[in-house]
Amino acid sequence: MTTATLKSGAVRQVNGKKTLSFALLSAVLTYFVYIFFTFDIGGLGQRASLENARTLVADSYSYKTHITKSNRGAGTLTAAIEGEKKGRYPEGSYPEWVESDGTDAFVTLRDNSVVELSGKVVYYDVPDYGPIIVTTRNSGIDLELPTAEIPDFISASRNRVAITVPGGRINVTKAKTEIFRYFTGWEMFFFTLDSPFYGKSPAQLAYLASSAPRIDPNRSNLALMWDGFWNNAMWRHSDVAWAIFETILMAFLGTIGAALIALPLAFLSAQNFTKNMVARFSMRRIFDFLRGVDGLIWTIILSRAFGPGPLTGALAILLTDTGTFGKMFSETLENVDDKQIEGIRSTGAIPIQRYRFGVIPQITPVFISQVLYNLESNTRSATIIGAIVGGGIGLLLTQAIITGKDWEEVTYYIVLIVLMVMMMDTISGWLRGKLIGNKDS
Amino acid sequence: MSPSALDTRASYLAQTHRKRLYSGVMLVLLVAMLCSGFITADERNAGGFWNGLPHVLDFPAEVLGEAAQKITLLPAHLVAFFPSLVETLNIAAAATLAGAIAAVFLALLSTRGLARWPRMIPVFRRISDIMRAIPEIVIALVLIFILGGGPVPAMIAIAFHTVGALGKLFSEVTENADLRPVEGLASVGAGWMQRMWLGVIPQVSPNFISYALLRFEINIRASAILGFVGAGGIGYDLRNAISWGQGKYDEAAAIFILLFLAIVAVDQLSGLLRNTLVGDTK
Repeated sequence: MTTATLKSGAVRQVNGKKTLSFALLSAVLTYFVYIFFTFDIGGLGQRASLENARTLVADSYSYKTHITKSNRGAGTLTAAIEGEKKGRYPEGSYPEWVESDGTDAFVTLRDNSVVELSGKVVYYDVPDYGPIIVTTRNSGIDLELPTAEIPDFISASRNRVAITVPGGRINVTKAKTEIFRYFTGWEMFFFTLDSPFYGKSPAQLAYLASSAPRIDPNRSNLALMWDGFWNNAMWRHSDVAWAIFETILMAFLGTIGAALIALPLAFLSAQNFTKNMVARFSMRRIFDFLRGVDGLIWTIILSRAFGPGPLTGALAILLTDTGTFGKMFSETLENVDDKQIEGIRSTGAIPIQRYRFGVIPQITPVFISQVLYNLESNTRSATIIGAIVGGGIGLLLTQAIITGKDWEEVTYYIVLIVLMVMMMDTISGWLRGKLIGNKDS
Repeated sequence: MSPSALDTRASYLAQTHRKRLYSGVMLVLLVAMLCSGFITADERNAGGFWNGLPHVLDFPAEVLGEAAQKITLLPAHLVAFFPSLVETLNIAAAATLAGAIAAVFLALLSTRGLARWPRMIPVFRRISDIMRAIPEIVIALVLIFILGGGPVPAMIAIAFHTVGALGKLFSEVTENADLRPVEGLASVGAGWMQRMWLGVIPQVSPNFISYALLRFEINIRASAILGFVGAGGIGYDLRNAISWGQGKYDEAAAIFILLFLAIVAVDQLSGLLRNTLVGDTK
């Protein structure tokens, strides 16, 4: 072979590879263009709700307190965090930025401007704009403005006036007048309003916990504090902890249960242990079937029989994973080294001893590392399955998302889920290192 | 036998016994945890395990019965739901593709010796960990709230998780890559992109593609599940077919069949492809 032929061959090869990579690249591009049109990504802008996105982001790190004045009857004034029953201030008491005698009030907004509620009249001197007077009458709502034109931040009709300013929002309808003031943070994360510890600084809390006299004579302050936190009606910490535990439980039961069931069955489907073709073939088809019928379908079938709850989720994971493990273990078994089994056999060992001392030690590392890997990935699956079967943190998450307003809770759950999965990842990596002694995780 | 050999033997036996004892205790502990776990889960479940067990086959029987009655409609259903199946597959494929491409960069950026900015390696590793830890459903549900139902939220959600999952696997591959081609390219003045594209990618692409195919199989299942919670595709049809009950189980049966066949077919195909790519190792 001359250099010329070698060179032309090399050039041809390089050119071929070049063409191939360009062809691949253009195929990928074409596919994305196709996806762009079938999924109508161009039209996404119209379908997307920026309003929802804004609520979501704002709500995830801030909260609002509603000051509500009824425009009917006695015209009482109430204050409630997020407007929820659980966050309502006791009758007659208000946050310190509200000055009220029970019906009329001065409400200070975030930019220190003051809204005056008196009878059925709302008086608000908007900074950089001028005074607004809103009067509710039986015939409708009257709006008096300093300018002839209605500015952008006010939307008004006969039945409703809404004023949005940087310091908050004012909503007037015939039934009630509402003022919203926004705050940064997660409201009442530790203690609700009815707790004696609400609004205390960490230093005050430390003092109360350590040396202050007992608030409840029957319990230490620390116990009372824990009770207030743990049974917090707004955030339900104890329920959330249970849900996390349930999710991990589902993953644990499903994975370990599947591994214990799959191990003996894998012997039946491994060529070198089961000479019976029929048994082997049918066992393999069972594994394929368990894997092929997706976890989703198992979940549906099982939840019809067992009802919602963690057991259903655990069984769904167990069924799918039995298929996965069965296939994996039988492949591992087919690759075991015969020499060790021969060695054990030469000492006169019966089959069960041969398996115990010749086979099990060989497959243990693969077995353990697979099980631990699946345990971690099943924690994630358990979150999803929980959303379908109604158990664990998945259920809480979907419930919070469906209401579409408790985004601070959604954020809380997401943080917990991520921490949970990372913790399981760390634990399984650590266990793998301990049990089989390699640190490739 | 010399005394020292006897000592060795005795201490070896003692060690083995101790080891076995530990393993035994561990096993007993594991089984105990398993049992108590099952009991706890059973108590928290709406229907008990033993009450439900005889009814496990009720629902499949009902579905099969209804499907058998309307067996003539089945081909029509299969055709009718085929577009949804294609949508589910498309969600998975687009998410895998986009996720894999991003994962390649993430993996290269978090590999010692290859990273563009070596100091940022821990940052990229953390990013990969966090992306991997977020279950698809979380992102999907939040995005459905913002973008409305349909395939796009599911696609983004799956792609996001795929970046993290593949990023880790890919970085394990690139860590074992041969650095000589990279050094050779560096010596002739190649830029980072050129070094990666010409020096690293050709070595690792069979493994990359193999892992991506494996992910694709997983993502099809994920895409079906996300459809069930509100994103588009065959999962959504399935929920409608089974939750509106009454006379729609024949449709459910058709969807089961389609989903089963698609999953098995993709598993087989990707298994074949992977074997030709990386040889019969796995």
